[in-house]
Amino acid sequence: MRYSALSIFLNGLRGNTGWGPAWRAPQPKSHYDVIIVGGGGHGLSTAYYLAKEFGVANVAVLEKSYIGSGNVGRNTTIIRSNYLLPGNNPFYELSMKLWEGLEQDFNFNAMVSQRGVLNLYHSDAQRDAYTRRGNAMLLHGVDAELLDREAVRAKLPFLDFDNARFPIQGGLLQRRGGTVRHDAVAWGYARGADMRGVDIIQHCEVTGIRRENGKVLGVETTRGFIGCGKLALAAAGNSSRVAEMADIKLPLESHVLQAFVSEGLKPFIDCVVTFGAGHFYVSQSDKGGLVFGGDIDGYNSYAQRGNLATVEHVAEAGKAMIPGISRVRVLRSWGGIMDMSMDGSPIIDRTHINNLYLNAGWCYGGFKATPASGLCFAHLIARGTPHETARAFRLDRFARGHILDEKGQGAQPNLH
Amino acid sequence: MASLIPCPHCGSRPKEEFTVKGAALARPAPDAGTAAWIDYVYLRDNPRGAYEEYWHHTSGCRRWLVVSRNTATHEISGSRDVVLKLSAEAL
Amino acid sequence: MTSYRLPKGGLIDRQSRLGFSFDGQSVTGHAGDTLASALLANGRQLVGRSFKYHRPRGILTAGAAEPNALMTIGSGGRTEANTRATMQDLYDGLEARSQNRWPSLDFDIGSLNGLLSPFLAAGFYYKTFMWPAKLWEGLYEPFIRRAAGLGKATYEADPDRYEKRWAHCDLLVIGAGPAGLAAALSAGRAGARVIILDEHSLAGGSLLSEAATIGGESAPAFAKRLADELETLPNVRVLTRTTAFGWYDGNVVGAVERAQKHVRHPDPNKPVERMWRIVAKKALLATGTEERPLVFGGNDIPGVMIAGAMRCYLNRFAVAPGQRTAIFTTNDSGYALARDLEAAGVQLTAIIDSRAESQFVYTGKARLLKGAVVSDAKGGKALSSVNVTAANGATEAIAVDALAMSGGFSPIIHLACHRGGKPQWSDVHGAFMAPSETRGLVLAGAVTGTTGLSASFAEGAARGATMAQDLGFAAQPFDAGPVDGDIVASPASPLWNIRGVKGKAFVDFQNDVGRKDLGLAVQEGYGDVELAKRYTTSGMATDQGKLSNVTAIGLLAEARGVSPAEVGTTTFRPFYTPISFGALTGPHHGHHFQPVRKSPLHDWAKKHGAVFVETGLWYRSSWFPRAGETSWRQSVDREVLNVRTNVGICDVSMLGKIEVCGKDAAEFLNRVYSNAFLKLPVGKARYGLMLREDGFIYDDGTTSRLADDRFFMTTTTAYAAGVMTHLEFCAQGLWPELDVRLASVTDQWGQMSVVGPKARATLQAIVDGDISDTAFPFLAAKEVSLFGGRLHGRLFRISFSGELAYELAVPAGYCESVADGVLQAGKEHGIQPYGVEALSVLRIEKGHVTHNEINGTVIPSDLGFAKMVSTAKPDFIGKAMLGREGLVAQDRPSLVGVVPLDPTTTFRTGSHILAKGAAQTLENDQGYVSSSAFSPHVGSTIGLALVKSGHARHGEEVVVWNGLSKEFTVARLCNPVFFDPANEKLHV
Repeated sequence: MRYSALSIFLNGLRGNTGWGPAWRAPQPKSHYDVIIVGGGGHGLSTAYYLAKEFGVANVAVLEKSYIGSGNVGRNTTIIRSNYLLPGNNPFYELSMKLWEGLEQDFNFNAMVSQRGVLNLYHSDAQRDAYTRRGNAMLLHGVDAELLDREAVRAKLPFLDFDNARFPIQGGLLQRRGGTVRHDAVAWGYARGADMRGVDIIQHCEVTGIRRENGKVLGVETTRGFIGCGKLALAAAGNSSRVAEMADIKLPLESHVLQAFVSEGLKPFIDCVVTFGAGHFYVSQSDKGGLVFGGDIDGYNSYAQRGNLATVEHVAEAGKAMIPGISRVRVLRSWGGIMDMSMDGSPIIDRTHINNLYLNAGWCYGGFKATPASGLCFAHLIARGTPHETARAFRLDRFARGHILDEKGQGAQPNLH
Repeated sequence: MASLIPCPHCGSRPKEEFTVKGAALARPAPDAGTAAWIDYVYLRDNPRGAYEEYWHHTSGCRRWLVVSRNTATHEISGSRDVVLKLSAEAL
Repeated sequence: MTSYRLPKGGLIDRQSRLGFSFDGQSVTGHAGDTLASALLANGRQLVGRSFKYHRPRGILTAGAAEPNALMTIGSGGRTEANTRATMQDLYDGLEARSQNRWPSLDFDIGSLNGLLSPFLAAGFYYKTFMWPAKLWEGLYEPFIRRAAGLGKATYEADPDRYEKRWAHCDLLVIGAGPAGLAAALSAGRAGARVIILDEHSLAGGSLLSEAATIGGESAPAFAKRLADELETLPNVRVLTRTTAFGWYDGNVVGAVERAQKHVRHPDPNKPVERMWRIVAKKALLATGTEERPLVFGGNDIPGVMIAGAMRCYLNRFAVAPGQRTAIFTTNDSGYALARDLEAAGVQLTAIIDSRAESQFVYTGKARLLKGAVVSDAKGGKALSSVNVTAANGATEAIAVDALAMSGGFSPIIHLACHRGGKPQWSDVHGAFMAPSETRGLVLAGAVTGTTGLSASFAEGAARGATMAQDLGFAAQPFDAGPVDGDIVASPASPLWNIRGVKGKAFVDFQNDVGRKDLGLAVQEGYGDVELAKRYTTSGMATDQGKLSNVTAIGLLAEARGVSPAEVGTTTFRPFYTPISFGALTGPHHGHHFQPVRKSPLHDWAKKHGAVFVETGLWYRSSWFPRAGETSWRQSVDREVLNVRTNVGICDVSMLGKIEVCGKDAAEFLNRVYSNAFLKLPVGKARYGLMLREDGFIYDDGTTSRLADDRFFMTTTTAYAAGVMTHLEFCAQGLWPELDVRLASVTDQWGQMSVVGPKARATLQAIVDGDISDTAFPFLAAKEVSLFGGRLHGRLFRISFSGELAYELAVPAGYCESVADGVLQAGKEHGIQPYGVEALSVLRIEKGHVTHNEINGTVIPSDLGFAKMVSTAKPDFIGKAMLGREGLVAQDRPSLVGVVPLDPTTTFRTGSHILAKGAAQTLENDQGYVSSSAFSPHVGSTIGLALVKSGHARHGEEVVVWNGLSKEFTVARLCNPVFFDPANEKLHV
């Protein structure tokens, strides 16, 4: 059923009894052309674009829990394309352009809200780094503005300009950045993929990858063996665990990142703001909660929960940036598991096993990449060649020395 | 993650005194070959469960430790000074 | 307003009269009141509006789960939105304001949303507002955002103080109700270190609302006696108004004590909130239960209240809930309320018991309707009647102005689930129980499903004694004595869907999620408990589903035709109740956000008029303005020129300094630097490059050999701590066989550069020995005697500027005197202090790199340091990875100089480099300007840049492209060394 104001009106008149399921709950078939492991944002968008853009609809998405139960349902909802390196920037800008037409494309309101992303700077060195980054963005046709202190003050008068340890000097603004209602992204892609014939199979955990003569035959699951022509892994957070089923060791560590939401407040923070003098970033949702976070906890973890010390660091940076939130109460914290890669950039590539494909290593930035990741992964799976914007995301780049390190931190995942 | 980490020299101390580096891997010999070095610098087992990793008691004795920790439960089962050889699994 | 305060009873101080206001209206209460009890006592039923439909709402609970009575209290920087009236102690002068209503609480335009409710069902917004696309941000979203949120945050800074504390104990008891008090006494009397905390203002928990007697003593008096005894024990700490908000790994519990949130004028020397990090050997969770509402039509009308809350207001606060009351219950607890209401003389009209059969023998005067349900409550801003559907289907209306409801009890197991354990559904208890695995955390009392005071006392006492015994204390279980008059409620048989409901029946009150919304979620495929929560927003309000979640799970289970066990719960995560930023922050905000590091020459620089800049944690002197100078550039240009013509002095104390000692120190350095150090002669300094294992440059600096087995290393300011840690890793972890010792001496030595053609003449006046070029040539590094032997320091002939230059290190405490001595000695030579800005200009002129260039993605050859990568050494950190394809590629960025063709034009750091005439695209990007400055020596802006194949492109004309400031400068790439490329000045 197509969603529209009219459908809401007509269904409302009939007591909302006419709405059908947003997606089917099919029994797994014995074989699919493509099986995607992971019903998160990237897996679902991959399925959607496989069906919609590449005509590959005999596809199953296998999800061990409910769809969107990973990081797409547990993040701070930010979209942006303010990347520095030529290997990254065009990819994230492609993603931004896909966000901009997404809701009409999949007929689901994901509340894509381009209210801006502002990165504050507090020193000349930070200003210079943002100048470099902003210019890289502009060269690729991405919008970027460098604001001075007074322009920031006019936009966000409640920041600490007068009593700060590290006074705000200005900020890099991407007006087209913003936020998206994260769960709705998973649901919109799931519904769109389902409408095009993709089987979304929830509560179906992959327990093994059956191979023969260097080729994947299918997957063992908690609901039996399912055969496939191609197998695509999109299980960020658990990529190493899934890849291990095919005896592949990845350049990844799994780390926990916490995020937080406050009680609902009347909206006063319009854009996404990141603090340059500590680990803190914040936006305010359409429900009024401050949605915020900081850095990863720093140690390998598969437990979806964080450490109190990190909570305190985040709160300290928050109050240092916005003194007025002192009495605002934090409602909930949660922890998601990130694939932290060795250079902070993702992997979309085939593996040495011919029909096994990998989408992994999104660090804490996978949400904004959801549309482009799906499109590029679908391109790779369907065509066999990398999408032109994702050519740098190769698995062998570490061995070949073509590192994609935005922060210049080197092969230590917890510093990216 | 444990809120306290046992240091073999200082006793149980708050996690914030320590800095984590990552997997407690043995550095290959200089002539071990490219594959061994790529493996050491870039590839990780990243296990769910028992894990040995390097922690530095930065705000304490400043010794490097090998901490045995479970990545699924965050339980720490022990720690030792890094000079006491790495366990067989890590090697 | 009519007073609903009963003439006697309650734990309030009737002698004290506290004036407060609600929405500007002045009213009074008593000490011992909460804001909620005081409002109820004044007959105030309507206290808030719901989020979506702006329905009138009253006080529903007497505790932390309150979804309706959220208010803004205080003013200015003390404005506190979303304060639960049920948890806020009343104080004189308290100002409370209702939220989320316009123009007023009584008349709220937003309530018109209710008329549109058929079109605003769960998830409606995902299905519309999409056309035309641009109207989302232009129209729809601003409209939604105007309606969003509850209270309003202030822009003002908080004037109050916050504090954090660690605490360690043998036993932490969370919840000071019957089980918790008994446990704390059992362990505390035996000498165990016990901390017992409770979120309310008084210890006692349910005892405070209880009419039963214990050993002949009233329950509240008994609780007080126990708490008083605990207070007298030196090994026991009692924390009231303290909420345990999270259970973390290692049995650490985070708690917030609202130390001064109940006073009008907080003592400025004490915190208003104190965050505790409690490390507990053992912890006992005695948090009791949350009573569930029932989902009938109009269950949200002011006047409908949780039964236990009504009993609390009645017994603890002596407030009558209404003039004509009724009770709708699924269990025996309703009869305890019935007895107490009748004892207090409040008219009880009817008890509607959903059970056809129950063991309890009710002897009161009210009508008892067994097997009946309340299908709908009626009223607008206040309850007027309820429609009761009897067992046989007959309906009748009963006029009431207050209705108590009890849908059963859910153990408050949040903390027990914070470390990943999953709650378990119990058919016996009709509730989710704590996970079976609760490492280090033990439960006692109602939270385990235990009912009745006697059993709770006994269980708490037994657990407390056992845990203390496990820790080696000779503890005996505390004996509470005989309990009289306790009505022990057997577990409720859950009642999810109620028959005959016609009106809106709410599950999540604050978010206006009704039972139909949950049904719709199942119908649309969002039946998984997590999806249903996310689709309907049930359980996402400020109470995080404390009241609603179990009911929602029951309704989902019935809609899906499965048991609640199969539906399962959403995840319990911190925080148990919301915690303020202030409490989590403690003192670390404003100027105290991070510590300050000051050089031993800080005050010296200040004395000479320095302007300071934050550099990491340090404050560094930027420049030293002089009279008549109106811009920083004037000062910096003067300082630079003075160094180039006379002599300058600059504070470089912030450089990291590490003493490397031991017989294998040289071998050690040889392995951590890419260039050779093994044969560095004693008395010599050498510039070194330190790589990471991946082959990229980590840091640079000079290291001097002071003796065979003693080196003095300097690092960059930013990487000082990192390098030290890295060296320790190498020494301890990689090469423990080497005899090497490391000591950070950054703070022990102050260090100053003395730079310029007259540097030697200046220094010779204070250095005792000969420092002529012959005696002390370039890169000499020696200990020297100063001021006629009064002091010893270390002198290094190294240069960052290209001039004749020395760095003089002296013990930090002497630094200021020595700097003054240098100034005195240099006076005749025209010495001037210079700051980090001039330092930067001088080094860019000389083409020296800093972390602007060493940006984590460059290898030695990128910066022209190919020769500093030893090919002879068998091993050094980073060697193995340098041969990779991408690291030997010809078009890697490399260091060049860049100058504008027209010296009157300029460019900035961060600008990109495009080939002249090339289209402005990222594909054509050739690199970027990593450092730039106005060079008085060259007479124009100059820059260092990392440009593709840059070393081979000297002389090429390029465009320095800065789209951000629309500044496009034609420039030429050149040798990065602008000053004295032949290095003649270094050797004068």
